[in-house]
Amino acid sequence: MISILDYGAGNTNSVVRMIEKVGGKSQRVSTPGEILNAEKLIIPGVGAYDHGMGQLHENGLIDALNIVALEKKIPILGICLGMQLMCNRSDEGSLPGLGWIDADVLRFSPDHLANLRVPHMGWNTLNISKENALLPLSETERRFYFVHSYRVTCNDASDVVASTHYGEDFVSAFQRNNLVGVQFHPEKSHRFGMSLFRNFLEANCA
Amino acid sequence: MLKHRVIPALLLQDRGLVKTRKFKDGKYVGDPLNAIRIFNDKEVDELMVLDIVASKRGQEPDYSIIEQFAGECFMPLCYGGGVRTLDQAARIFDLGVEKISIQSAAISNIKLISDIANRFGSQSVVVSIDVKYNWLKQPRLYQSSNRKLLKQDWLEFSQSAVNAGAGELVINAVDRDGEMCGYDIELITKITRSVSVPVIALGGAGNLGDLKKAVHAGASAVAAGSMFVYQGPHRAVLITYPPYSELENLLEFDNE
Repeated sequence: MISILDYGAGNTNSVVRMIEKVGGKSQRVSTPGEILNAEKLIIPGVGAYDHGMGQLHENGLIDALNIVALEKKIPILGICLGMQLMCNRSDEGSLPGLGWIDADVLRFSPDHLANLRVPHMGWNTLNISKENALLPLSETERRFYFVHSYRVTCNDASDVVASTHYGEDFVSAFQRNNLVGVQFHPEKSHRFGMSLFRNFLEANCA
Repeated sequence: MLKHRVIPALLLQDRGLVKTRKFKDGKYVGDPLNAIRIFNDKEVDELMVLDIVASKRGQEPDYSIIEQFAGECFMPLCYGGGVRTLDQAARIFDLGVEKISIQSAAISNIKLISDIANRFGSQSVVVSIDVKYNWLKQPRLYQSSNRKLLKQDWLEFSQSAVNAGAGELVINAVDRDGEMCGYDIELITKITRSVSVPVIALGGAGNLGDLKKAVHAGASAVAAGSMFVYQGPHRAVLITYPPYSELENLLEFDNE
C-alpha cells in the first residue's frame, strides 16, 4: 500500500490513477497518525514553496514526516515541489525546507538561460549518473514531463541520480538511502512514468 | 534535450467531439473518450480539450465528462470552457486536470487569473487569446463566447494576462481555424516577443512543416485540431499523431 500525502498543494488524483494503472494500491493520507502508519510515502506537489511548507506546518505534519523519513526510514518519493521540499531551502520562499537532503533550490541562472523561457515546461531527457532502483540504467528510452521555475542543486554530489539540461545542468533526480526526489512528473509521463511507479511499488528500499 | 510540445486540441460540444472552420460549423468527428484513448496510446506530449459551447450558453463545465477524460490521460491535460470562478477551477483540478484555459472570464475579470495562479500556481493557468482580423485587416482581440471583436488591444491584453499570473498563453488565429493553411506567423512572432511565458500556437496547422515554422517564430508549443483528426483532401476522420522520433528531429530545442 502506497500512501500519498494530501496536504493541499497539488493534484493527488493523477498519482492515484497512475499507481492503479500499474497494479498498485494507494491511499491518501493527511494526518500525522496516517503518516506514521505509512509503509511507503509519496509527496506530490505543485505551486509555491512557502505555500507547500506552510501547509505542512499548519497541518502539524512536520514531526511525523521527520520520523518516517529519518528514523523509520520508509521509502519516500518526492515529486516536483515534493522533491524541493526535501531540500534545505529555496530561492522561491523564505521558509526553510525539510532539510532531509543537503541540497538547495535555486533560480535558473539568467546567464545560462539566454532566450530560454521559464518555467522549463515540456518533455526532457535524463542523464543518469548512478545505478538506482527507480530509474535503472538498463532502461534506455526515457523521457519525462517537466514544469518548474526553480531547480535543485545538491551540495553532496553522491546524492545525484540524474541530471537534465535546460540552459545548464540541474538535478532532476536525487537519492539518499530511503529518500528519493524527482523534479519531473512521472504521473504525467506515459509509460516512462508508469515504469518508475512500478519500480517504486516493487522496491524494498527506494 | 527538451522538445517543443505538440498538442492535439480537441473541441467538445454536447459531449461530442467536433471540428470547426473559422470557429463555425462544428462537424461531428467522434466520441471524445475514444479519441482521448487513441491519443494516449500514441503518447502525445499533452492534450487540450476545449468545450466550445459552455461559455456561450453560460453553462457549468461538464464535470463528469472531464473526470472521465482525466482518467484516460497519462500526460498533461488542459481543459477550457465555461470556467468563471475559483471554485469551478478548484473542482476541475481536483478531478485530475493539470491546466485550465480561460478566456471569456479572464476578459471580464482579470483577477480570476491571479486567484487561480495564487492558489494553484501559474503553471496551471493558460489564457487563450483569440485574434481575428477586422475589415481593415487589423488583428483584433476576439471573444468567442459572444462572437465579438473587442476594443482592447490583443497584445496589451496578452501582457496583462501574464502580469496577472498566466503561466502560458495560447495564440489562436480565428480566421485560420480548420483551414489547414499554416499558422499566422506574424501573430506568433509578435506575441512571443511581448511576453516571457511559453506561448502555444493554434489555428491553421496543416502539416509538419507548419509546426516547424511556428516554432521558429518563437512558439514553445504547437497545437492543432484538423491536422490530427482529418486525413486527406476530403477530410476523412482519422486520428493520427506523428511518431516521437519524427517530432524530435523536427522540433528539437536550441537548448544550449
